[in-house]
Amino acid sequence: MPELTYRDALNEALREEMERDENVFILGEDVGFYQGSYKVSRGLLSEFGAERVKDTPIAEEVIIGSAIGAAMGGLRPVAELMTVNFSLLAMDQIINHAAKIHYMFNGQIKVPLVIRTPQGSGKQLGAQHSQQFETYFVHCPGLIVIAPATPADAKGLLKTAIRDDNPIVFLENQNLYGMKGEVPGHDFTLPIGKATVFKEGQDVTLIAYSNSLYIAQQAASELNKKGISAEIIDLRTLQPLDMETILASVEKTHRVVIVSEAWKTGNIAAEIAMRIQEAGFDLLDAPIQRVTAKDVPMPYNKHLEQAALPHAADVVDTVMAMA
Amino acid sequence: MKLETQLTTTELLNLYQKMLLIREFEEKAAQMYTQGKISGFTHLYIGQEAVAVGAISAILDHDYVITAYREHGQALAKGCDPKEIMAELFGKATGVSGGRGGSMHLCDIEHRFMGGFAIVAGQLPLAVGLGLSITYKKENDVVLCLFGDGAVNEGAFHESLNLAKLWDLPVIFLCENNQYAMGTAVSRATSLTNIAQHACSYEIPSHRVNGMDVLAVRETVEHAVRYARAGHGPSLIEALTYRYRGHSMADPLKYRAAQEEEIWQERDPIPNLAQKLIEQNITTQQAMDQIQQEVTQILESAVAFAEESPEPPLDSLMTRIYEPFSNQNPAPPPKKSLLNPQ
Repeated sequence: MPELTYRDALNEALREEMERDENVFILGEDVGFYQGSYKVSRGLLSEFGAERVKDTPIAEEVIIGSAIGAAMGGLRPVAELMTVNFSLLAMDQIINHAAKIHYMFNGQIKVPLVIRTPQGSGKQLGAQHSQQFETYFVHCPGLIVIAPATPADAKGLLKTAIRDDNPIVFLENQNLYGMKGEVPGHDFTLPIGKATVFKEGQDVTLIAYSNSLYIAQQAASELNKKGISAEIIDLRTLQPLDMETILASVEKTHRVVIVSEAWKTGNIAAEIAMRIQEAGFDLLDAPIQRVTAKDVPMPYNKHLEQAALPHAADVVDTVMAMA
Repeated sequence: MKLETQLTTTELLNLYQKMLLIREFEEKAAQMYTQGKISGFTHLYIGQEAVAVGAISAILDHDYVITAYREHGQALAKGCDPKEIMAELFGKATGVSGGRGGSMHLCDIEHRFMGGFAIVAGQLPLAVGLGLSITYKKENDVVLCLFGDGAVNEGAFHESLNLAKLWDLPVIFLCENNQYAMGTAVSRATSLTNIAQHACSYEIPSHRVNGMDVLAVRETVEHAVRYARAGHGPSLIEALTYRYRGHSMADPLKYRAAQEEEIWQERDPIPNLAQKLIEQNITTQQAMDQIQQEVTQILESAVAFAEESPEPPLDSLMTRIYEPFSNQNPAPPPKKSLLNPQ
């Protein structure tokens, strides 16, 4: 199986889907001539032409709004927002339009739209460029939210997202673009709404997604040295949540720590914890714990920034403190 | 003033009938609102009929209309069934949007009426996208995008005009300047009160037209439609008009001068057209009475239909939030476009 970076796996998914269906096109700031600010759309302009790889002005509201309109008109747009931080400028179109049109008009119109955008922190980019917004999106019915952690998942889920008839927020991670991994070939797709057991274990379940998967992975390896066997679940899809996979793991381990790089308050960890206790309170041997970023606008200074973010050591400490 | 038009008597009477239908539909809606049959925000189109009727008469059935929340009249002008519109206002399952949308969210895909949207200027970016879908598929349709004077101050207006021109999309941006954004007069909200002139910033041709004259609106929109179909791109039209009622049924209308209202009442597009049609012997009073009777009948049956229609079932609440996920039908073939199943 070929090894690809997360970036190139996404690129391959875009290329394959554009080859498969001529109604698939991409638009966004610097996706064409510049080849993508993170080079995810590299080579696509020369391969597919300017009609299907459309550079836009820096105008997020009309990037997303025109993508929704194009989807209403029967196309399958993949819109790139350069970073998730800019998605707030398009929030009216995402929440009030994309997520509503299908339901509000009684199913008459589909909005097959993928919004690709990277989030992530830890690169000293300051308060306005070091954010995670999955909570905003998962809160809104009508949207699907996907956050892949591996190159294979990035490809398989992006292909499925492009084929899906719903508006999808596809959260990439700017810290993962260079990560390499084995990626299956042409017809590889992965289902929406399915988590995966990334590592099997017996004693505690670590629930993670996107970059927090690697925090959990590092923690699991530290815990292993202490004789604790951690199971890791990679959520992959954040809306809808795969509670079946989560509960099956809780049934085995009876302990849960949720790891997320987003702010603590309102973190998706709270939703997962609530759902576990609604459906599986009796499965738990200890209160559910969460390891998240601190509730603070991200400072530029490296030491302060690292102190604001969750680390494997925090996960280890949390697990060790559980009864 | 003589009617200068190439239209046939039938075409002229159709325009008159549509305007009268809208006027009386709205009066009926107001009555039903007062009786508690219609709830929520209800924005009446009374006074602005010539804009929707003139503009929509200048496009084809296959062209798109997308608009804001004062859209009952525009939906009627596009050919949507008055019964289904009234049923939607009543929140019934038989409404155009199944009772899920209400007054502000009428949608009828069969008539390419792509929706009423209730976030000011939110529909303009969508219109750009519909326009893009047309050029992408190398079709020859146009998008008629209606909005009010309040939308001009939103960022979405400027982003949309810019991109529509940048990509030369077939979108007619039609601003219905009814002089007030809710209770705020245009001069109190917009630095450049000649809204048509905003088009200069984007190198888009613009027209300012008397929105109380159905034939003038029609002619202006026809021009913009020809321009768009020829591939030259978008236009901005400002139609000067007036709503005779408040912003919504909840508005007591205390911010306008009586004298101003009188001036605009004299410009009422419906009696003015009727008078000209009779005076110039284009039609007879008898034919006009006949139209009036038809309209009354249409509205009586619309109300009866809405009254008798069922509520949407409670078990429909959580349905159609999403389309079935694609992984339930793995590896689908390329989809035919939604609106052109061939």
